Amino acid sequence: MFLINCPYCGERDQSEFSAGGEAHIIRPKQPTELSDDQWAEFLFMRKNIKGVQLERWNHAHGCRKWFNMVRDTSNDKIHAVYKMGEKPPIK
Amino acid sequence: MKNKYSIFSLIKNAFSYHENWQRAWRDPEPKKEYDAVIIGGGGHGLATAYYLAKKHSMKNIAVLEKGWIGGGNTGRNTTIIRSNYLWDASAGLYDHALKIWEGLSQELNYNVMFSQRGVMNLAHNLQDVRDLKRRTHANRLNGIDAVWLNTNEVKKFCPIINTSPNIRYPVLGGTLQRRAGTARHDAVAWGYARGADSMGVDIIQNCEVKGIKRNGDSVEGIETTKGFIKTKKIGVVAAGHSSVIAKMVDLKLPLESKPLQALVSEPVKPIIDTVVMSNAVHAYVSQSDKGELVIGAGTDAYVSYTQRGSHDVVEGTLKAILELYPIFSRMKMLRQWGGIVDICPDASPIISKTHIKGLYFNCGWGTGGFKATPGSGDLFAHTIANNEPHKLNADFNINRFVSGDLVDEHGAAAVAH
Repeated sequence: MFLINCPYCGERDQSEFSAGGEAHIIRPKQPTELSDDQWAEFLFMRKNIKGVQLERWNHAHGCRKWFNMVRDTSNDKIHAVYKMGEKPPIK
Repeated sequence: MKNKYSIFSLIKNAFSYHENWQRAWRDPEPKKEYDAVIIGGGGHGLATAYYLAKKHSMKNIAVLEKGWIGGGNTGRNTTIIRSNYLWDASAGLYDHALKIWEGLSQELNYNVMFSQRGVMNLAHNLQDVRDLKRRTHANRLNGIDAVWLNTNEVKKFCPIINTSPNIRYPVLGGTLQRRAGTARHDAVAWGYARGADSMGVDIIQNCEVKGIKRNGDSVEGIETTKGFIKTKKIGVVAAGHSSVIAKMVDLKLPLESKPLQALVSEPVKPIIDTVVMSNAVHAYVSQSDKGELVIGAGTDAYVSYTQRGSHDVVEGTLKAILELYPIFSRMKMLRQWGGIVDICPDASPIISKTHIKGLYFNCGWGTGGFKATPGSGDLFAHTIANNEPHKLNADFNINRFVSGDLVDEHGAAAVAH
């Protein structure tokens, strides 16, 4: 449990947010041309990093906006928060 | 050779004030080379080594454990054992395990305190009733015992449940698997460790895996904190850290690791003699032999390796527990802890070989791996020894995420999936 600095609302309790998993997984541009392996990679395979990870979060019980986060999954420390469409500030 | 545990050995050792019991397993330094190495000394890993030695006559085996035996998820779960799964593949897998549980204490000469006290799953809305009745029928078609209980029968089976129609999620009935129950979880790890050790398996604790050496398409050995160990077969049973091991060979798995929490209360006199689980309100409770209420909470929604978990998850579970069991309202909770569980998108495990020769994964047990410990070890040993899955774990291969042939137990399983 931790505090999250929503880029739109400021610091709020983590229980107001829902986690959206790994960030920057790009939806295939030509879905019809994807092989089964590529679909599996897009749909199911995850980095599941122990350490600094880029992930999506949604302020579900607040402004309901999506944003990205740089978080260390080994100690739950948040290094940075950045808006959708922006480049990750570190790494 | 291990001395046999019996009433006579107990009496004999009483004369020396229980100070001369034989060590349950050795504490060896790793050899230079093994025929197979199991990464992860939890219940599943130790069971795998045990069955490799016992049924597949491989004796030169090591189990590498980063911490100590019984310190990971094996000692952190809520000890529930059941096999009332919906799909045929899961029913086969979990009932295979349950059948081994029934004779495990005898087989290991180690009391795992397996207690078939029954597991009851409650229904709180019309959809629950339909789903659970359907699951009861599916179970019986697969030869798994299951009965449907109406609200009065639920009350009779476990009188402390609040069956008033006026609570937020009233109890509309439930299913009961009488062969299900609990076991003492750390005894399971110790029993398998002792059994494997007596057949020559080296159990190496405080030995962390740092890397896996590959030669083209096959594995050559493991870099550890106790030096390099040569081997041609590696079985990875690292639970929450499976993705960390997979990354060492640039393999990506369909897993997310999340903290799952449990808590126990102060010990009280016997009050609940079964296991009651409730999917809709996410509350499950049983009572340990020490008298503590054992309560399982849910997972956090985000990836984390912290072994802590959020307070609001515990709070949500306890709210549901209190509405179902008002009698617990003044009980004090003694301890709370978290374990890191690796969850597959279909909430079913992976017991599979990989595209790398000699590398096998047993992972993705998510929130419900303890119950499968003996079966998982048996089938994984079969897979490693023969380089082919047993028919009971053939459906649980990694390729199902490519073919789309998932074993989707998400909504179908009882609780905590």
